Amino acid sequence: MESIGVLLMCPMYSYLEQELQSRFNLFKLWQQPPSKITEFLKSNQRTIKAVVSNARVGVDAQLIDSLPNLEIVASFSVGFDKIDLKRCEEKGIRVTNTPDVLTDDVADLGIALILAVLRKICPCDGFVRSGKWKDGDFGLSTKFSSKPVGIVGLGRIGSAIAKRAQAFGCSISYHSRTQKPLKPYKYYDNIVDLAKNCSILVVACSLTDETRHIVNREVIDALGPRGILINVGRGAHVDEPELVSALLEGRLAGAGLDVYEDEPEVPEPLLRLDNVVLLPHVGSDTVETCNAMADLVLANLEAHFNSRPLPTPVI
Amino acid sequence: MWFPKLLPVTERSLLRPFLHHTTNPLLHSSTTSLRQSNLLPRRVSTAAVSPMESISVLMTCPPVHPYLVEALEKRFTLHKLDSVPDKPQFLSSHRDSIRAVVGNAAAGADAELIDQLPKLEIVSSYSVGLDKIDLAKCKEKGIRVTNTPDVLTDDVADLALGLMLAVLRRLCESDRYVRSGLWKKGDYKLTTKFSGKTVGIIGLGRIGMAIAQRAEAFSCPISYFSRSQKPGINYKYHPSVVDLAANCDILVVACALTPETRHIINREVIDALGPKGVLINIGRGPHVDEAELVSALVEGRLGGAGLDVFQDEPNVPEELFKLENVVLLPHVGSGTVETRQAMADLVVGNLEAHFLNKPLLTPVV
Repeated sequence: MESIGVLLMCPMYSYLEQELQSRFNLFKLWQQPPSKITEFLKSNQRTIKAVVSNARVGVDAQLIDSLPNLEIVASFSVGFDKIDLKRCEEKGIRVTNTPDVLTDDVADLGIALILAVLRKICPCDGFVRSGKWKDGDFGLSTKFSSKPVGIVGLGRIGSAIAKRAQAFGCSISYHSRTQKPLKPYKYYDNIVDLAKNCSILVVACSLTDETRHIVNREVIDALGPRGILINVGRGAHVDEPELVSALLEGRLAGAGLDVYEDEPEVPEPLLRLDNVVLLPHVGSDTVETCNAMADLVLANLEAHFNSRPLPTPVI
Repeated sequence: MWFPKLLPVTERSLLRPFLHHTTNPLLHSSTTSLRQSNLLPRRVSTAAVSPMESISVLMTCPPVHPYLVEALEKRFTLHKLDSVPDKPQFLSSHRDSIRAVVGNAAAGADAELIDQLPKLEIVSSYSVGLDKIDLAKCKEKGIRVTNTPDVLTDDVADLALGLMLAVLRRLCESDRYVRSGLWKKGDYKLTTKFSGKTVGIIGLGRIGMAIAQRAEAFSCPISYFSRSQKPGINYKYHPSVVDLAANCDILVVACALTPETRHIINREVIDALGPKGVLINIGRGPHVDEAELVSALVEGRLGGAGLDVFQDEPNVPEELFKLENVVLLPHVGSGTVETRQAMADLVVGNLEAHFLNKPLLTPVV
């Protein structure tokens, strides 16, 4: 398989890079100067049969069209919003992602964000390190246990978040495209009602045309000045300027964000607020999970090129 | 010193002014369910109860909670030891009037104080921990002691989980990484998964059990050490702390501080926990040999620590400030608006019950 060309879209996990390097003929797109990319793709288009992408850099129609021998796109992520699925389908290109192996990590981070925002963990830690504790106590924060939690999207990750939040005595409600009859939580067929009826709103659905800006001004108003928003989905799920102004004006009590509309750019005004927690898209970034994700990417590629069923196909 | 601006307090608006001026607008009173479960007294009335107004109550801890101070001042003659310039002189001149002491985790009633207050009848602690009260002396003298159990269990357990997640996933470090602009230069490094890690709990009382129940939802196997094995509990019991430490990834201190549990986390336990292990302390600072802990962290012999309590609060060993594998909190375990209010209601409720010759709400002695 060393002759099979695999195009790696951006630097990813070093273990994954090393394995791809040893098993395939690996091309690293980011090592090409931008002006030379078209030329580079053209001269290697016969060899490149696979692309490995991730949450940050995807595979659009233009790239697909420039690689006539492309057979498979294996994403080092569970989200595939940056892959032109329609074009892949048209051309019979397989697409795989990394579901399940990262569910726990993302759900853990969702709960961590809730605790960090409500209990002001980061400002408290800063307070101690700066020596300010010697001058007086920190002040009071707000309880998490028993607060009503509303989840947007009750897939693998949403369900894992629900299970954890329940252990804190939280009542769970959710909104998704369809009601899930086997889930014991309260269903709302629209997100505004969900937001009205919870204190903590968690975005955990996939990003599609329908869910872009699913958290908009109306939802933020419904969540209200005592509500907090947690986003472990995609930045584009939230109307970011609306979120920022709501936080600055006190129309929303706080937010825990792992994703943003234009990563790694984070709106400047948020950097000065102590009622937000800002993480650099680390939802699945643990050693254990990245190893598992990398193994899944490799397994999908190996299966494909050995004509075996794909472990985790999207299409 | 932070506290919200005070407003006149009326019966109906007891809660609202504090809500309005807290820096955190997230109040959602969960005390209703606690009242319904009879763990709390009825909302304390602000109507004057004349016999009690003359009763002298001494607050030995710093008066950081305005709601508690106000509630006490409304009912009793409250003296704040913290603001008295000449403490020995004050105690001497008030020895025959002080009938109650209110303390907390920082200061309570030791033997020396008890001996100076011959009319002392009750010590009501604004905490669940009793380590700052000389219980033996109180028993000897027939002095009642009350604390604030149950109402703070959830908050402390929540914070323990918050610390575990913050340490393992480097939450505060990552947040600082974004705010400093470093993310534009490159991704933050990989951290460690929390779900599925073995959690070892020292002390399986109310708080220990609440921590266990939460950690179970993250698929963490639970093991514990306590003075005796608890029947009917499915978690794995270890007969020694060293054994527990050797067999878990995250060790949580959740027991009461007594002479037996002082420095229960010592060098041997830290070595057993090891360079990938994480210590979480939401108990009391003296549970841990702090000097040993600091050197283990600095030398990499311990993987990380999440600490809400310290040997000599508010002093924290400065060597810890440069470490990215620790999270340091200023003793905020029960520090939410909801819970501190419930605790204050319990303190006042216990004092009222005592002086009205009714059964105490949450007696220890």
